[in-house]
Amino acid sequence: MTAVTPGTAPTASTGAGDRVDLGARGGRARFSRGRTVRYAVLLLFVVIVLIPVYVLFVTSFKGAGDAAPARAWNLPQLWTTENWQTAWTTLGPAIGRSLQMVIPAAIISAMLGSLNGYVLSRWSFKGANIVFTLILFGMFIPYQAVMIPLTQLVLDLGIPGGIPTLILLHVVYGIPITTLIFRNYYMTVPHELVEAARVDGAGMLRTYWWVILPVSIPSFVVVLIWQFTNEWNDFLFAVFFSSSQNGPVTVALNNLANGALLQNYGVSMAGALLASLPTLLVYIILGKYFMGGLMSGSVKG
Amino acid sequence: MLKSLRRAGPPLLMLLPSLILVGVFVYGLIGVNFSTSVTDNHTAAQATGQEPSSVVWFSNYLDLLGTEAFQHSLLNLVLFTVTFLVGTMLMGFGWAWLLDRPIRGEGFFRSIYLFPMAVSFVASGVVWRWLLNSNQGESASGLNRLFQMIGLDFLQNNWWNNVTFGILAIAIPAIWQLSGYVMALFLAGFRGIPEELREAARMDGASEWKLYRHVLFPQLSPIALSALIIIGHMSLKSFDLIMSISKPANYQTKVPAVDMFVFKSSFDYANAAAVGAILLIIVAVVIVPYLVHSNRSEKR
Repeated sequence: MTAVTPGTAPTASTGAGDRVDLGARGGRARFSRGRTVRYAVLLLFVVIVLIPVYVLFVTSFKGAGDAAPARAWNLPQLWTTENWQTAWTTLGPAIGRSLQMVIPAAIISAMLGSLNGYVLSRWSFKGANIVFTLILFGMFIPYQAVMIPLTQLVLDLGIPGGIPTLILLHVVYGIPITTLIFRNYYMTVPHELVEAARVDGAGMLRTYWWVILPVSIPSFVVVLIWQFTNEWNDFLFAVFFSSSQNGPVTVALNNLANGALLQNYGVSMAGALLASLPTLLVYIILGKYFMGGLMSGSVKG
Repeated sequence: MLKSLRRAGPPLLMLLPSLILVGVFVYGLIGVNFSTSVTDNHTAAQATGQEPSSVVWFSNYLDLLGTEAFQHSLLNLVLFTVTFLVGTMLMGFGWAWLLDRPIRGEGFFRSIYLFPMAVSFVASGVVWRWLLNSNQGESASGLNRLFQMIGLDFLQNNWWNNVTFGILAIAIPAIWQLSGYVMALFLAGFRGIPEELREAARMDGASEWKLYRHVLFPQLSPIALSALIIIGHMSLKSFDLIMSISKPANYQTKVPAVDMFVFKSSFDYANAAAVGAILLIIVAVVIVPYLVHSNRSEKR
């Protein structure tokens, strides 16, 4: 990131405080109308962003009586939970499988990422940066470019299809992003902490266990949430390596929504809400950490 | 020599599992994929190894690039990516700009704008498929019906069923889903600019526009680059959203990633591999300079 040029900062601090205050006060008065406009625009966008949510919610409670296109945007004449029941019986098992997939995969890739990040940030060796860049490239590749031989490889390895395969794939292809997040985080851990341990004669693993791991909790939360969301929402690997009988919820939902000849939007929308519930809950409860994942996943340290 | 090995030994050993996995699953498979893409492995029998396939070098690539259908996919990919990038950058920057100065309820607005990102493309595809329904007039539903209701009938259109620009309709949900992300990036960028910098510029008599032009934009450009790279490479890989809104075989909305799926489903492994390799080249052209650049700037 670009550093602030040293010349500019002092200018500001030597400037007369009064004049700055005046400017700010004048600004505030001028902005009161501007502020109203800002609120109006922001609220308008809230409405626009929430339109799909309204549709999902309302349609999922509609029965056959609301099928007419003229009633498309109306509230249900009769609120019914039938769609939800159908969606639950169809998607319930797949949601269970998604959980079985996401929990171990997220934990394993977080541990690998933590080890890699630690080594790459604190036990730098010649060429460490190149190794890191080579790992990082794996995050950007279109997986289409490995898919054909990957199906063969998975077959040769003899891993059971469906969830076990997907766990392996999510762990492997999760290495770059988890390494990146942990590495960037460990860069901010004070050097003295690691050096002190080293002087005391602690080796690499011991330092990791006693010094690094205890301060890693926040980034573990970030990585776990990030991986949980991404793996839960993955469709590409899921559609290539599983079916709606043995795959995660995205495949089952896609099958429910697009498989049948006659589309039942009520059921598919209830299903879409059900399938999104876990990630939405994570987002609502742990939103702060979710943001942390977004930031560290993109802005290179 | 021995000393440097002793220094590098333990760290490398610890990295080894990951290095092997990435080496095999990323670089190794890219190589194998390439070697499949230069064969005539077009049938199920060849795919399962019952019949031999022979090397035809780049003729698969040339055939693909020569067909109208694949050119259409590439054009769709370009249209989609440009729209997706412009849309998310404008919305994301606009929201960040609106939220930058202190405002009550900032957290609320931020959460609402960002939440679509937590939803899978498959789930949002369900509702967007409904919203982008191409029926008009009496039988209209979705957005077309909404346009009628608010008196904007002229906006009604057949969305993703348009042959040339149908792909742009699919960019709308993509923008809906990722603008919040770009906003979060820009907001962090705005917050990272020291207040003194703005005040200094204001005291020098810089107008708001000049303040943005000469002080804020240069500070935000690394963020903008990150956002462009992240959204750009997502866009080039777009698959889920298109699959869940339109059918994979749909001509008007197909992109290379979808073609690859269709080839794979019909056991045409050579063409599937070739499409994958083409996608990889397109992405690499964008990503590799970026990675090299950020690697260098970090060293400095």
